[in-house]
Amino acid sequence: MAQVTIPLGPQHPALKEPGNFLLTLEGEKVVGAKVRVGYNHRGIEKACEARTYLQDIYLIERICGICSHAHTTCFCMAVEELAKAEVPKRAQAIRVLVGELERLHSHLLWLGVAGHEIGFDTLFMYVWKDREHVMDCLELVGGNRVNYAINTIGGVRRDIAPEMKTELLKRLDILEERTKYYVEVGTQEPTLLARCAGVGMLPKDVAIRLGAVGPTLRASGVDMDVRRDDPHLLYGELDFKVITSDRCDVLGRVIVRVLEVLESVKICREVLNNLPEGPIAVKVPRRIPPGEVVTRYEAPRGEDIHYVRSNGTEKPDRVKVRAPTLANWASMAHMLEGGRLADVPITIAAIDPCFSCTDRATIVRDGVWGTLDLHSLRRRS
Amino acid sequence: MESLAPSAFSLLVFPGFLFLGAYGTLAQWVDRKLYARMQRRVGPPWYQPVADLVKLLAKETIVPQAADMAVFQLLPAVAVAAACTAMLMVPVWGPGAVVSFQGDLIAVLYLLTIPTATFFLAGWSSTSPYAAVGSVRALTQLFSYEVPLFLSVIGAAILAGSLSVQEIAAFFAARPALLAVNLPGLCVALLALQGKLERVPFDIPHAETEVVGGPFTEYSGGLLALFLAATDMEMVVGAALISAVFLGGSLGLTGAAGFALFVAKTLGVVFILALMRALMARIRLEQMLGFCWKILAPVALAQILADILIKRVI
Repeated sequence: MAQVTIPLGPQHPALKEPGNFLLTLEGEKVVGAKVRVGYNHRGIEKACEARTYLQDIYLIERICGICSHAHTTCFCMAVEELAKAEVPKRAQAIRVLVGELERLHSHLLWLGVAGHEIGFDTLFMYVWKDREHVMDCLELVGGNRVNYAINTIGGVRRDIAPEMKTELLKRLDILEERTKYYVEVGTQEPTLLARCAGVGMLPKDVAIRLGAVGPTLRASGVDMDVRRDDPHLLYGELDFKVITSDRCDVLGRVIVRVLEVLESVKICREVLNNLPEGPIAVKVPRRIPPGEVVTRYEAPRGEDIHYVRSNGTEKPDRVKVRAPTLANWASMAHMLEGGRLADVPITIAAIDPCFSCTDRATIVRDGVWGTLDLHSLRRRS
Repeated sequence: MESLAPSAFSLLVFPGFLFLGAYGTLAQWVDRKLYARMQRRVGPPWYQPVADLVKLLAKETIVPQAADMAVFQLLPAVAVAAACTAMLMVPVWGPGAVVSFQGDLIAVLYLLTIPTATFFLAGWSSTSPYAAVGSVRALTQLFSYEVPLFLSVIGAAILAGSLSVQEIAAFFAARPALLAVNLPGLCVALLALQGKLERVPFDIPHAETEVVGGPFTEYSGGLLALFLAATDMEMVVGAALISAVFLGGSLGLTGAAGFALFVAKTLGVVFILALMRALMARIRLEQMLGFCWKILAPVALAQILADILIKRVI
């Protein structure tokens, strides 16, 4: 059969953000896949160097619309380590709480999107309606549905009042019950199983070799979670399971995520019931002592890495963000090749990609590295 | 000329183009509203399909440069014409259809295949990769659901001893108990109709996350509106056919009562179609082929066998 090349993106209904997947098809079978990203350069890292650490938080918060808290927490932890500031226990607990609520909303959002990608719009509508509960929780805690702006250097900006706690616990109960229903749907609904089982295979050794992270890696049977392996905040003291699956396919990624939602509900409840007393922030001087530090944080999509270098002024010398999606891109071509055209959208969606958070303006063409200056960047836009 | 006037009226006004278009629009709204309520959504107001139609008609119609102008523009009209013609042979408010002859059942099934053929040609002549993949999918899918649909309908025809839709309806209206015999056939026909209308879980040719708009990717404005109208009309004709063949048609009632029964039965079929759409994810093409050939076709064959045996008994 003749080969047809179909471009998926940069503008395509399956993609929420621009990216390009050049698929070579033989009938419905994908025999070749090329992943091309880099449509979303926003210059956030460079912009961070021109602002103070405190102003940078607002910028970092906007790296990702879904895991905004993961990025600010990672950045704040880096700055606090440079400044040798001890974050109060209560602030750490609130960070964990918001972080887990964020994981809840991110995974539920993903489940809905995954449903849409396989044409299961009812699942999409159901999940997103239930997701409103966690959005309300986040609004209650942070004052905002998306960018909660709870973090500041040295702690958090808002406290948890006792009446908030009752409301949050109530909502968590509803979420837990609904999620249990989705666990059933995800493991029993025949058409969903037909579309997800055996699709987008990523064997364990390949996942490790290509450096996959987060639920994608855990669904390939690798037991890795930064929350447990490199405990930060209160995570060392909390009791939670790291969910893995040996399925290595999209269904495994569905199962890992829905079960992680249940774990997150558990963590939130534990944190709320054992909220330490004390202040919610310490004062950190505006000038940060010189040094460099790397911090890791388990974002909903996987390991988020921030690198911050300080030169002793109130502005950072260099900020580097490695969003989890970047680590997962490498395995994408492997997951797509050998599959069918119908499996491409769900396979791409299964790593829960965040294109904009990942894209940096480094260009590798024909093996030659290069960067774009402002002039040529403007010419392309 | 005088003898042409009633035929033209039937084809263009009732139960043809105007009535079918209006009823198709209503059925589309019912389908969308039910689908929305099943998904815990509010759903569109009753005039939404009309508003969509007006909006599409107001939009520019773009024909791709590489496409054959005449074919590209003619195909939507052919799809609508086929659906309207098929409607003439299906009883609407009473036991009788506008046109009835031995073998009109085959003519209806044949006419209902034409829209799918136009979808394929439309996608193929659009010269877009998405449309090409979508139209190949539409054609592949055609071969999987048509056979079970034909087999299930023929089972009922054998029992009734007639190949005329009107006579089959009359036969079952006189012996409602025999309708139970064809229940498996009814299920097969409903599933096959869902495939024919290219809706979830069989909306493979139109899977927007894979092939954008499928065969309709390059269609816009009035031409797209015509295609969408043809799909709505096909849904009504399909529902009416199922109502006549498997549900006893008007059950002998005429006038307003017969029409009310027609509306109730067709909307009932639309309800089941909406329920199927809400309950499932889109399956893959080869999964659909397997399902239709390994499950639907054998069930329909068993149905025919049962019908032949029961025919012997009565």
